[in-house]
Amino acid sequence: MSFKTAARETLQDAQLRRNIGKATTLIREKRLRAVAELPDWERLRDAGEAIKASAMATLPEQLERLEAAVTAAGGTVHWARDGAEANAIVASIAKRVGTDEVIKVKSLATDEIELNEALEAEGIHALETDLAELIVQLNPDDKQSHILVPAIHRNRAEIRALFEQTIARGQSLGNEASAIAEAARLHLRNKFLTVPMAVSGANFGIAETGTIGVVESEGNGRMCLTLPRVLVTLMGIEKVLPSWQDLEVFLQLLPRSSTAERMNPYTSLWTGVTPDDGPREFHLILLDGGRTQVLEDEVGRAALHCIRCSACLNVCPVYERVGGQAYESVYPGPIGAILTPQLRGLDAAPSLPWASTLCGACYEVCPVKIDIPSILIHLRGRVVREEQSKLTPEALAMKGMAAAFATRRRYEAAQRLARLGRGPLAKAAIPGWTAMRDLPEPPKETFRDWWKRERGEG
Amino acid sequence: MRVALFITCFNDTLFPGAGKAVVTLLERLGCEVDFPLEQTCCGQMHVNSGYGHEAEGLHERFARVFGGYDAIVSPSASCTAHVRERVESIGGKVFELTEFLVDRLGVTDVGASFPHRVTFHPTCHSLRLLDVGDRPLRLLREVRGIDLVELEGARECCGFGGTFAVKNADTSMAMLSDKVRHVLDTRAEVCASADTSCLMHIGGALSRGRTGVRTMHIAEILAAQE
Ligand code: SF4
Repeated sequence: MSFKTAARETLQDAQLRRNIGKATTLIREKRLRAVAELPDWERLRDAGEAIKASAMATLPEQLERLEAAVTAAGGTVHWARDGAEANAIVASIAKRVGTDEVIKVKSLATDEIELNEALEAEGIHALETDLAELIVQLNPDDKQSHILVPAIHRNRAEIRALFEQTIARGQSLGNEASAIAEAARLHLRNKFLTVPMAVSGANFGIAETGTIGVVESEGNGRMCLTLPRVLVTLMGIEKVLPSWQDLEVFLQLLPRSSTAERMNPYTSLWTGVTPDDGPREFHLILLDGGRTQVLEDEVGRAALHCIRCSACLNVCPVYERVGGQAYESVYPGPIGAILTPQLRGLDAAPSLPWASTLCGACYEVCPVKIDIPSILIHLRGRVVREEQSKLTPEALAMKGMAAAFATRRRYEAAQRLARLGRGPLAKAAIPGWTAMRDLPEPPKETFRDWWKRERGEG
Repeated sequence: MRVALFITCFNDTLFPGAGKAVVTLLERLGCEVDFPLEQTCCGQMHVNSGYGHEAEGLHERFARVFGGYDAIVSPSASCTAHVRERVESIGGKVFELTEFLVDRLGVTDVGASFPHRVTFHPTCHSLRLLDVGDRPLRLLREVRGIDLVELEGARECCGFGGTFAVKNADTSMAMLSDKVRHVLDTRAEVCASADTSCLMHIGGALSRGRTGVRTMHIAEILAAQE
């Protein structure tokens, strides 16, 4: 489905629009305050951008360092070219462990490769432990709509109703957030204590020490990372950071940008396995999944710097109106519009680079300074050149207009035609416009005709 | 000071009033104004729509036509930003009107008089690509008789975005209807801005809704001496 068609559907859901509008407005204001507290915010952004750029420039070397360090600390490193390979690795570990259930801490990479579905096909159930992910998982018709708050499109009343039909069947939860959280806690606690294997994502993988980091708010992730006997972490290869010290930059940038907090409640860091503490087995799966291909695009590759803070979603006026589901990807909003078509191939999502007005609000907030509007424009160019036939009506109109603008004589002739409602200038944008908005009366005289009349040909 | 006008193809063809106001205003402030008739289009529409290759000739053309001037002034924040970024040889000499008035001429009181209730929509490109800040408001505040009222959600995009308004018309309209609601809430007679493209979008909805609210380019208010 094109973005336009998908957006038309979600735009009709007034409740969804209200829920998202309310949530994003709130977090926008909080973020502004949280960021304003740091006098060196702009320098932190510069540092974040520089660290990411240098990590990407030396990616093969960093990944080899990471592999060596993880192995030295008693972990096992697996390389996966694509989602299918990664899914197969996870499934085979689960089979060896002998479990038909795994618990998960929220991970976009596993959503990207549809791990849950792949495991289900092997008879293994993957249970989400992040509250918002759980909410989405409990409703088979629902889809996540935000990278940090996947259930942002649901309000409390909807969630309560869902819980009363599923994990809290037969109970009446009332309207308190705490009652809803308690229902989820009871449901999950038993799983934390009995399921032998967990799957996590990674916010960072530090090449220097082999340390993996996950930041989260609820503590459910911490349970997954420490209680089960076997821990498997799926990490996109772009998540690697060269050195331990780099964390000081990102642990400041990330929480303020994502939840508008000074510090996130839980930061879990682990290095391989530790005798008599935590999981007995640790597996790190390094996923390519199209990323090396993105690296080849000199402009587009900056999309790989993303630390998934979701600040760009929360300020995007398009996202605010249509919600995450219209992007038909685990990466919605501005970052999704540049990342999804690159990861999947432009031909798989050719309308996403146009899902923006280029207003620039996303670039303004991005903690690692990804110039999203410029990448959108770059990808539009690639779609036009690589994917579309040269003879679309739009391509012809653009060609026609470029020709009309090439000389003064042709341009003035086109202006005369436009006033009669004909020619390349008149045809440019009219049909989709007047259905909803009036067009101004065409002026009796162009500016240049007025100038010539008043001042002569100069 | 001698300045060249870069009126933009959009204003030239559809909104000549903005260009005429710029001439009136700059001449009142003592500038010698020239309009190089060879100018056509800066190529922004092509680049932003994915047809950057069609714009290369337009960038070269722009550099040729305007190469001989020290200062080039435009009533479009959006086109100014485009030229500044893409036409290397002279990008630094191109100014959006309010930047030019405040930074180069050093004036905020331009001797205008406009006794009406006005609200101002700062366009995305003037805010984020040019960083014009509060320059337009500083100019408007000095206008005699004006009743300048704040626009809620001013920094938010109106949903125009060039071809976005047509390609994603439904989303564009959802954004526009919020912008128009905020404009109506101000009970202003006039909604002003530094880009006529956004104003065409906002004005199109104001007119369709028979609201009676007019849109005007900021130059038209600064040139007024009612
Ligand atoms: S693109 Fe930037 S703002 Fe958006 S999620 Fe990624 S890091 Fe955050």
